[in-house]
Amino acid sequence: MNKQSYVIAAFVENKSGVLMRVTSMFNRRGFNIDTLTVGETESPEYSRITLTFSGDQDDLHQLVTQLQKLYNVKKVEVISAEIGIRRELLLIKVKNSSETRGDLRDAVDVFKAKIVDYSAEAMCLEVTGDSTKIDNFIDNMKPFGIIEMCRTGIVALERGSESILSK
Amino acid sequence: MKLSGAEIVVETLIEQNVKTIFGYPGGTVLDIYDQLYKKSDRITHVLTAHEQGAAHAADGYARATGEIGVVLATSGPGATNLVTGIATAHLDSVPLLAITGNVANNLIGRDCFQEIDISGVTLPITKHNFIVHNVEDLADTIREAIKIAKSGRPGPVLVDIPKDIQLAKCEFSYKAPVTKDENECAPDEAVKEAARMIAESSRPYIYFGGGAVRAGAGALISELADKIDAVIGCSLMGLSELPTKLDRFLGMQGMHGHYASSKAMAKSDLIICIGVRFSDRSTGDAQKFSAGARKIHVDIDAAEIDKNVKVNLGVSCDISDFLRKLIDVVDYKRNPNWMNKVAKLREQEAEFKVENFLPEQAINVISDIVDDDTEIVTDVGQHQMWTAQFFDFKKKRTWISSGGLGTMGFGMGAAIGSSYGSGRRSVLVTGDGSFGMDLTELATAVTYNVPLTIVVMNNSVLGMVRQLQNLFYNKVYSNTTLDRKTDFVKLAEAFGAKGFRASNEEEFRNVFEEAYKLPGPAVIDLLIDKDELVLPMLKPGGTFDHLILDREDKA
Ligand SMILES: Cc1ncc(C[n+]2csc(CCOP(=O)(O)OP(=O)(O)O)c2C)c(N)n1
Ligand SMILES: [Mg+2]
Repeated sequence: MNKQSYVIAAFVENKSGVLMRVTSMFNRRGFNIDTLTVGETESPEYSRITLTFSGDQDDLHQLVTQLQKLYNVKKVEVISAEIGIRRELLLIKVKNSSETRGDLRDAVDVFKAKIVDYSAEAMCLEVTGDSTKIDNFIDNMKPFGIIEMCRTGIVALERGSESILSK
Repeated sequence: MKLSGAEIVVETLIEQNVKTIFGYPGGTVLDIYDQLYKKSDRITHVLTAHEQGAAHAADGYARATGEIGVVLATSGPGATNLVTGIATAHLDSVPLLAITGNVANNLIGRDCFQEIDISGVTLPITKHNFIVHNVEDLADTIREAIKIAKSGRPGPVLVDIPKDIQLAKCEFSYKAPVTKDENECAPDEAVKEAARMIAESSRPYIYFGGGAVRAGAGALISELADKIDAVIGCSLMGLSELPTKLDRFLGMQGMHGHYASSKAMAKSDLIICIGVRFSDRSTGDAQKFSAGARKIHVDIDAAEIDKNVKVNLGVSCDISDFLRKLIDVVDYKRNPNWMNKVAKLREQEAEFKVENFLPEQAINVISDIVDDDTEIVTDVGQHQMWTAQFFDFKKKRTWISSGGLGTMGFGMGAAIGSSYGSGRRSVLVTGDGSFGMDLTELATAVTYNVPLTIVVMNNSVLGMVRQLQNLFYNKVYSNTTLDRKTDFVKLAEAFGAKGFRASNEEEFRNVFEEAYKLPGPAVIDLLIDKDELVLPMLKPGGTFDHLILDREDKA
């Protein structure tokens, strides 16, 4: 069956050890997780885990039902491509020199990136967007010389007035 | 009233109707043991010889009764000794509560004496686990743990209680015993779809497993089979839910299942799967498993649907509710051709019967002599499969065996636990290898005068592994020949039990009759040839088209 990338949101209890329970299950069942983010939500007793993984429909069904079985997981939702808003944030440090400065500035403008740190030798840039945009931006930075970088992995919400809990 | 944490542990267990717990003391559970001593008129504690035995005992208790089994152990090595027992319960979906002590909260993380992160260790083998950080949460955590263990698909839950929590005091008041979460009802649309598929089929086969035992669905399964003219087979875990002699029941299918049962499954055009998880031991090659048949799968655990075998209709709901509704709406039908075909398979099966096969004779003797409600417990190996194949089950929940994990060393603990659970005599069929792992619990059986008849099928080898070497490793018997000098009769006597020996059917009948009448434990050393095979056999990863049927059949 054809593999695809899925974005899944899980509402979990905001307690110590919950992330470990989730990742331990992924490890034990052999799921390939590409990105995973976790953070606070509108209610302090819950955290939201957003993860992307690639697999087929059967893998997706397994992952969702296995997640739902975990005691601390309250709700699991597959964020569809059509109505999902997906964002990633990238911090990237690239080499800076008088010859490349202009080209770097152009790239920053086109990608609506921000210069968050600046010295004669290096620039630190911040850019948000969907994963393709981030990939493109990184490709663009390669010729300048990437010193280090860090991306957050995807966070995602669905458009409209509902929440994952109200659905 | 204000109680200490240790007192709360014991009072909460009593409140939850726990009558018997199994365990072993140590430094971090001293306070709980102190309370158990004081309240021994309201709750019984059984001291085993090893924590693993205690865990299996709690498991056997749960399997025999359907109630929660409870085991208590100290921190560190006490806790890690529970691991195999917890994993065994996990893979067979047994409701088990494991309580462990731990070092005080302020010492956790400093590698103190006997400090182990047992919650971390048991994470992948429990349904859930808890570390209690506040005494105020203690009672509710234990209640919740019992609820989790029993609800939906049952399983083990561990509660780790640091020592300071056992000493701290807080207000305690009794609550009612927890009730299980309600299972999902069967959706009408799925029931109708199942009825349609049954109407379209002419060779239906009902396949059930441990889930049907947990739900007690045997009567409904047999009613459905009568209405739609289906035959029935089960996995190792399903045994004893239906009487062996039931007309439509072909017995266990799978790796060492009955010929007619496995073959009928392969030849059917519709398999109705009830409370099973399609273990590789039941299906062989899961991709090719009964590829010609459509499949309906009903299980309480949604994650089991399409996990190992893709099905045409998968429903996760209460299986009894599903069966009841299905029996209501499904059309009565007859499948005479199918019944003829199955009758032929049964005739063929009868032809393979080996004469003077001592393992079979011995199990038949046990079937003849024991009361209908005697629990039959096994260890793991050839003796387990022979018992599964030949024992004549008459009552529910009388089959107690480690299926999913296949734990050698399960038997003694489980037999003691099941006997406590049912209040009746148990029979353990074990092997010389397995008994070597759990014979230390003979001490427990003698101390508590547990009514237990132990049959050691002594073939001087790790027979099941030897069989694989015989068939697939050119008869190179690497490290499976035991030939130990252990005298099981003297060993039994040294422990304070009765010991017997037999080497043929007649001797066995005589000694079993005598041993079974004794009030306490007895060991029968039954000498068996080391080259007997468990047949038929499905080659691991093979298909039911190619069963190994006799010694000459090469894999
Ligand atoms: C704890 C454990 N270790 C190893 C095995 C692998 N194993 C499966 S059956 C078996 C042999 C069992 O020997 P015995 O108890 O004498 O039974 P027999 O097959 O001879 O009847 C072994 C070693 C196991 N199932 N469990
Ligand atoms: Mg043996």
